[in-house]
Amino acid sequence: MNRFAELLDRLAYEPGRNNKLRLITSYFHEVGDPDRGYALAALTGALSFKHAKPALIRDLIAARTDPVLFGLSYDYVGDLSETVALMWPKGVVNNDKSFPGYPSPQPSPASAFAEASADRRGEGAQQRTRQSTNTTTDNNFGSDGRTSLSVPSPLLSAEASAKADAGEGQGGGYPGRDNDESLRPRNHNNPPPPTLTEVVTTLRTLGKTELPAQLTRWLDELDETGRWALLKLVTGALRIGISARLAKTAAAALGDKDPHEVELIWPGLSPPYLDLFAWLEGRTEKPVNRDPAPFRPVMLAHAIEGTDFATLDPADYIAEWKWDGIRVQAVAGRDDRGHITARLYSRTGEDITGSFPDLVPALRLPGAIDGELLILRDGRVQSFNVLQQRLNRKVVSPKLIKDFPIHLRAYDLLGDDENDLRELPFAERRERLETFVRKLDDPRIDLSPTVPFASWEALTAARADPVSAGAGEDAAAVEGVMLKRRDAPYLPGRPKGQWWKWKRDPHIIDAVLMYAQRGHGKRSSYYSDYTFGVWTEGDSGDELVPVGKAYFGFTDEELLQIDRFVRRNTTEKFGPVRHVVHEPYKGLVLEVAFEGLQRSPRHKSGVAMRFPRISRLRWDKPPREADRLETLEKMLKTEAAELEA
Amino acid sequence: MTIMRPQDILLPTAAGLCCKPGGFHIDPVRSVERAVITHSHSDHARAGHGAVLATQETLDMMRLRYGENFAGSTQAIRYGEEIRLGDVSVKFHPAGHVLGSAQIAVSCQDTCIVASGDYKDAPDPTCTPFELVPCDVFITEATFGLPVFRHGDAADEVKKLLASVALFPERAHLVGAYSLGKAQRVIALLREAGYDAPIFLHGAMESITHYYQSRGIELGELRPVKGVKKAALAGTITLAPPSATSDLWTRRFPDPVTAFASGWMRVRARARQRGVELPLVISDHADWDGLTATIAATGAGEIWVTHGQEDALVHWCKSRGLRAQPLDLVGYGDEEETETPLGDEAEA
Repeated sequence: MNRFAELLDRLAYEPGRNNKLRLITSYFHEVGDPDRGYALAALTGALSFKHAKPALIRDLIAARTDPVLFGLSYDYVGDLSETVALMWPKGVVNNDKSFPGYPSPQPSPASAFAEASADRRGEGAQQRTRQSTNTTTDNNFGSDGRTSLSVPSPLLSAEASAKADAGEGQGGGYPGRDNDESLRPRNHNNPPPPTLTEVVTTLRTLGKTELPAQLTRWLDELDETGRWALLKLVTGALRIGISARLAKTAAAALGDKDPHEVELIWPGLSPPYLDLFAWLEGRTEKPVNRDPAPFRPVMLAHAIEGTDFATLDPADYIAEWKWDGIRVQAVAGRDDRGHITARLYSRTGEDITGSFPDLVPALRLPGAIDGELLILRDGRVQSFNVLQQRLNRKVVSPKLIKDFPIHLRAYDLLGDDENDLRELPFAERRERLETFVRKLDDPRIDLSPTVPFASWEALTAARADPVSAGAGEDAAAVEGVMLKRRDAPYLPGRPKGQWWKWKRDPHIIDAVLMYAQRGHGKRSSYYSDYTFGVWTEGDSGDELVPVGKAYFGFTDEELLQIDRFVRRNTTEKFGPVRHVVHEPYKGLVLEVAFEGLQRSPRHKSGVAMRFPRISRLRWDKPPREADRLETLEKMLKTEAAELEA
Repeated sequence: MTIMRPQDILLPTAAGLCCKPGGFHIDPVRSVERAVITHSHSDHARAGHGAVLATQETLDMMRLRYGENFAGSTQAIRYGEEIRLGDVSVKFHPAGHVLGSAQIAVSCQDTCIVASGDYKDAPDPTCTPFELVPCDVFITEATFGLPVFRHGDAADEVKKLLASVALFPERAHLVGAYSLGKAQRVIALLREAGYDAPIFLHGAMESITHYYQSRGIELGELRPVKGVKKAALAGTITLAPPSATSDLWTRRFPDPVTAFASGWMRVRARARQRGVELPLVISDHADWDGLTATIAATGAGEIWVTHGQEDALVHWCKSRGLRAQPLDLVGYGDEEETETPLGDEAEA
């Protein structure tokens, strides 16, 4: 558990993707089965057990620490698990023994000095003696406390250095402190800290009443980082900041395998993944995915550039709308007993079936559809903002299902009953898809229409005006067009020249740079995160209000220019954040591109942008000429109307 | 003869802790006629006093930082040496904080007050270990005066650094460490852990580090980082003042891993705030257990608590039946938070 905790701790500070991969792969390399398998499960969110309530953790620490000290500490640290992990009394001893140097109840060479001073100073020392007996009210002072205060060893220095090697404490310069440590009776036969396997398997079966005692034992045995990770784990607050995909990629790297291969067999695997690691280390054959509804690695498109068209023949391509929803794979298959199992996967292979139980009955025929998840109301596709209400829900209420009816719009068919269609050309798969959707005959699933075109000019016109090019009332949910080669097989990843995406032009506004923050990793010395604002009527005339934050879109050269500007035009500093001059005639205007807008009570401006990025630096423009909040509010109106509908 | 109360011997004033019967101040923050100085960190040792009494190392390092004329006159005192000043006697004892750091025991009639300055009870290969001094009043710092600050074994933190260097051989490791004391301790710990490659130094580290070496502290091969090619810094360790690790200066390193050696690194939010990627909990101050153990072991019945988290420590003392009060002294901070590069350190 300590080693796993160390990994989590390091991952939490490491911003770079490749470096995270290295850390995880090196962990898998170093740590054996089954611990690394449970670690992989924790990283991919595949662990499940009943979580402990924060109140239980509070009770545990309250029984061991002074409430005033706990209050001051919690206030300072700001995180319950971390505070408890840091404050937890060392080892198996009771916390009172962290405060040594009281006159010992028995004569002791180690505390001779303290005794001498007690003699000399009479009253104060007696008070302290009383005080130390008073603390028997402390919960677990009882037996532990008394036995540990007996028979100190005279071999102070030897014990002190032994302790420096073994223990957690840094101290050890003089008898007063060593006294405490050398008195730990169980120092040499403390139980070893629990392994991750032990923690996970115990938590699965542990009764609620047994939890406090078990947690206490573990907290006694683990080091600080271990305690922190354990508390995060048991309270269900383990936010690691890496995706399941990244963890699987790190596992694949252990055996120099393509992450797609891991993804393919993943649904048939379960913690602690002994068969997976055996294969990755070349000890056995690849595990067979016996899952009746497995995920198939997704095919992705390249963004098309203006210059690409010259080399492409319109006749080779089929065009269709790119819908602004969630790309999914809907798979159904028969298990050994002939029953249909249906699953919905995200494009990274995450099983999201649980969030969309209302779609499952529609997937009644064995097959694998590649499509877009949308919300349809009265046959009309709703915006992404509406769809967002249904994402990442743990509990899906009947009301949610009714108010936000889910829909699958099909692009492609990867499997038809037992047949794998992925080797077939797209044009053929498309025909099979049309038949399949017709057979399904379910209002929750329909076909994404193709966009007829004879020339690139015609397609350009269709993209500019989806309403009249067949998208009709759904045009607002069109994000652009997709171009797919008629003869393209379905290939995992982003193969060259097969699929192209041609997005609609983003929204553009001119905003003013207000604050800049240092980046991470390679960018740690650069001001690379920018908060920008637009003008609005304030109490005393026009003022800038922040509307978003962007940290990419610019070139390396532009980053250097902005960084220089920030350093030379800082008005105030707050830690890593700098206030940058933003006055009507002094400041930097940023052209910001974004995909959509949403109302947001959390932002002072009341709006939040989707996917904002810096598209151009407008050195030529005085801040006074940047856009106004009213412009954004106008864009919002249509979206807001949809949400409330 | 009238009985002296502790506050008749030492009293907090705007200039610092004042000893009237002895006619001096301890670690004064303003210019005074006679200053007795615990250690050479800039918030305790300032230039411009009339006469300064301190250990030889403290005086030497003040000279390195402030120049020859940092005080009107100086007098060196050894650990264990006792000097009569006015009506009091003053004795220096090792504080284990940095090279030359001392606790100052001030005795008058039958009362002994120990001003411990900054101290730590953890082992440190670069300075004389902390010595416990029995006293009636103990003046303690409280930099890490909360029970969440429990610094582990510094050797383990250095192992973490070395593991990272092994895992990322193509990246440079940049360790932020205060340039007086912490940097040399980290280097010594790296050597103890068996790391024998050259260690690179930011320009601001050089003079103090060379001084440590001149006092017989083995630090192995050290090289200035200035002028070294970027590619040559892959897989190396460089020590720099904390402020430099988030500055333009870091651009000379290949994909640097930013580490920071400080007791503050114990709290994750503090590490994240600074953009640290590899926090190393290595402190030159006593942690909570060290503070409380020391306070108890001095046998003092009265505790005065200064700079840091006074509230928690005062509370702890009182709950142990000790008289305790915060000393409202201003001008002392955590050197790591306040360090601003001096002129020659800015671009190095």
